[in-house]
Parts: sequence; C-alpha cells; structure tokens
Amino acid sequence: MRKRFAQCAVAVALQIAVVSALAKATPALGTETTVKIENFAFSPQRLTVKPGTTIVWENADDIPHTVVSTTKAFRSQALDTGDKFSFTFTSPGTHDYFCSLHPHMTGTIVVDASSSGNTASAH
Amino acid sequence: MTFDHNRNDDGVSRRKVLECMTWAGTGVLWTLSGGVPRSLGIVGEAKAAQAASGLTFLQISDSHVGFHQPANPNALGTLEEAINKIKAEPVKPAFMIHTGDISHLSRPAEFDDADRIISQSRLDVHYVPGEHDFIDEEQKLYLDRYGRGTKGKGWYSFDAGGVHFVGLVNVIDLKPGGLGRLGNDQLEWLEGDLKGRSASTPIVVFAHIPLWVIYPEWGWGTEDSARALEYLKRFGSVTVLNGHIHQVMQKVEGNVAFHTARSTAFLQPAPGTAPAPGPLKVADDKLRSVLGIADVTFKRGQQRLAIIDTPLQG
Repeated sequence: MRKRFAQCAVAVALQIAVVSALAKATPALGTETTVKIENFAFSPQRLTVKPGTTIVWENADDIPHTVVSTTKAFRSQALDTGDKFSFTFTSPGTHDYFCSLHPHMTGTIVVDASSSGNTASAH
Repeated sequence: MTFDHNRNDDGVSRRKVLECMTWAGTGVLWTLSGGVPRSLGIVGEAKAAQAASGLTFLQISDSHVGFHQPANPNALGTLEEAINKIKAEPVKPAFMIHTGDISHLSRPAEFDDADRIISQSRLDVHYVPGEHDFIDEEQKLYLDRYGRGTKGKGWYSFDAGGVHFVGLVNVIDLKPGGLGRLGNDQLEWLEGDLKGRSASTPIVVFAHIPLWVIYPEWGWGTEDSARALEYLKRFGSVTVLNGHIHQVMQKVEGNVAFHTARSTAFLQPAPGTAPAPGPLKVADDKLRSVLGIADVTFKRGQQRLAIIDTPLQG
C-alpha cells in the first residue's frame, strides 16, 4: 500500500512537472484533447478542461455530423467520416453543444481554471 | 404532368412482396404481413375518395447521392436502378415525390448528379428537404434549386387529382436534445392552408422526418407534429408519407395513415436493435432487397389509399 502510494505520488509529481514545463515553454498554447463522434454520440459526452485547451472533434461515423454551440460561440461545417473540427476554449464556464443534424446528440465542455488537469472527464 | 384517367386497375400483378416491420412500443401496435403481398394504409371511411379516383404517384426517399461508405459504395447507382424501375412501370405515375436526403452533404455536384438521374424518370418531382440537404447554414444550396415557389424554408402545397398535397420541412432550426421540428411559422401557414377546405378532401402530407414519434432516442419523430395533426384531424382521409429511417413502417390512427418509405441508398437498423441508427451493411447480394420505392394509389370508387412498397430486387 505504502509502495503504491509512493508510485502514485511520483506519477502525479511527474505529471505536474510536465504540465508546468509545457506551460512555461509555450504559455500561449494549451493542450489538445480529442472528443470522438461515434455511434451518434460525443465521447466523452462531458469534458472538463483548463482554459486554453483545444478540443478536437473527430467523426468516426459513416454519417456526417456537426458540432454547434448552443450559444453560437462555435460552429463546425458538416464533418464527413474522418473529418475533424477544433476549437480553443479560453473563457471559463460551461459550454453546451449539439449536432444540428441529429439534435439528440449533445455534449458539454466545462472550462475550469481550477480543474485538476486538462483531460479530466466525467460522464 | 399527365394523368391517366383510363388506367386499368391491374396493379396487383406487379406488386411485389410487401414487408412490414414488427415493433412494439408504448401505445403503438405494428402489424406483420409475413411477406404476403397486400395493400397498406386503409384510410377508414374517407368521405370523398371519389374525387381522387385513379391517381397514382411515386415516392422515393433518402437517395444520399455522394454516400460511398461500405453500406453502399454506389448510392448514385442504386438511385439509377430505382429510376429505371419507375420507368419500367406499366402505368405511368402522375408525378413523383422525394421525401428528402437527396444528397449526402448538400454539395452542388451531389444535387447535380441526383437531378441528372431523377430527371430520366420524365416525371414532375415534388421535393422536401432532409437534414442532409440543409447542411449549409443558409440552406441556399437546396432552396436555390428546389425552393422556387415555396414558402418559408421550402414548404408548399398543391392539388392533383382531387387530392390536396402538403410538403412540409421539419429539418430546420433543430433544438439541442430535440427531434425534428416544424416551427411556429410553418404551423401557422399550415393552419391557413387547410382552412376553408372541405373535410372530404383527401389530404397527403409529406415530410422527411416521420411526423409521429417512432423512437425519440434516435431522434425519430417531430416534436411539434401534434399541432399539425390537430389541424388535420377534421379531414376524413389523411395520409402522411415520410422517409429518414430507411425502412418501411406504418401506423393507422383514426383517419390518419402514417407510412415511411425505404431509402434508395442504404438500410438503417430497426429501432433499438443497434447502438446507433447509422448505415447498416448487409451482404452485397441482399442490398437491393432492402432498398426500394413506393407506389401510392387512390383507387377509383374505393374509399381507401394503397401504398405498395417495392424493393429494387426480390
């Protein structure tokens, strides 16, 4: 147990080191995280990221989809199979979006400066 | 447009096997025909079907020109097969309706290809858009081509053979988490369009997404269709023709018969039988048995409407 804790602590410390190193090297750029569009769903459906993170949506379906903000903050073209769309989130808050072609497909990006990491996600 | 008022009523011989779906949902009963040829969509005691004697028209749907995934690498080719089937019909239909998803991605070249093939039928075609035809933000690519003389974002009505036809658009301004949607402007127009018409006028309403809720988990329904059906309920004979779900389904509720047509491009799964409603790949030699067209006939002297779904093959 004690050993495991130590390993985890090292891993976390390394992660923090890497993240802060990246932040130092490229302060204007955030990290990139992928949301997969598959089986008429956004996966992960809800994602929490730090400000400056770029989300890349990639369509893995045989049917085109779109990524459209409910507040019109961003809107993709139709993404055919394999197409990608990206948007960089700078302002903290909850950003809801959906597929304007299949509106039962919805997703959320939460931008939170105090979040533990850029890829933290919860369903 | 030519109307064949002297057509022989011999359509049964060319009618192929009709397949119905069996699916039980809340408050919905589906019938299974077990492959026995029979006509569908009996519209009860239509009061004035005599006005609609002998009118036959065609429905095609969901041609998805531009689609080239494994479920059908050549959607333009199967559309052409459907059109050839229509050209070979012994009785020329009065006209054709296309219930949307003409194109796969609203690209001009896809619409061009579709027009080139569909025009070979030498029939007047009345279109309504599917969501795949409305991909550009202004919907200009569809409306510039098919929207002439229509209202709003492409809805309209016309009369033929004593029947009043209404083409509706339920793929515009869709809301997050919602279904297909007609919207207030169109519903007000519909109310006005129907006002003053005799309740004995047979009505055919056509739109892309089904106007009854088939499976909301997949968005298969129209969230404000109840208001449209309210305006329609005083009519003795109402037929609702849709596409979108790429399979034949029907329901009869009072004087309203609902029916969805096959696609000419690819199959989609029956509700809830797959993780998602995406294209379903079938064996190559089975593809043409899941694609098809629909003949719709108002029979002279009979107060009923018959819809015959014919697969491209089998």
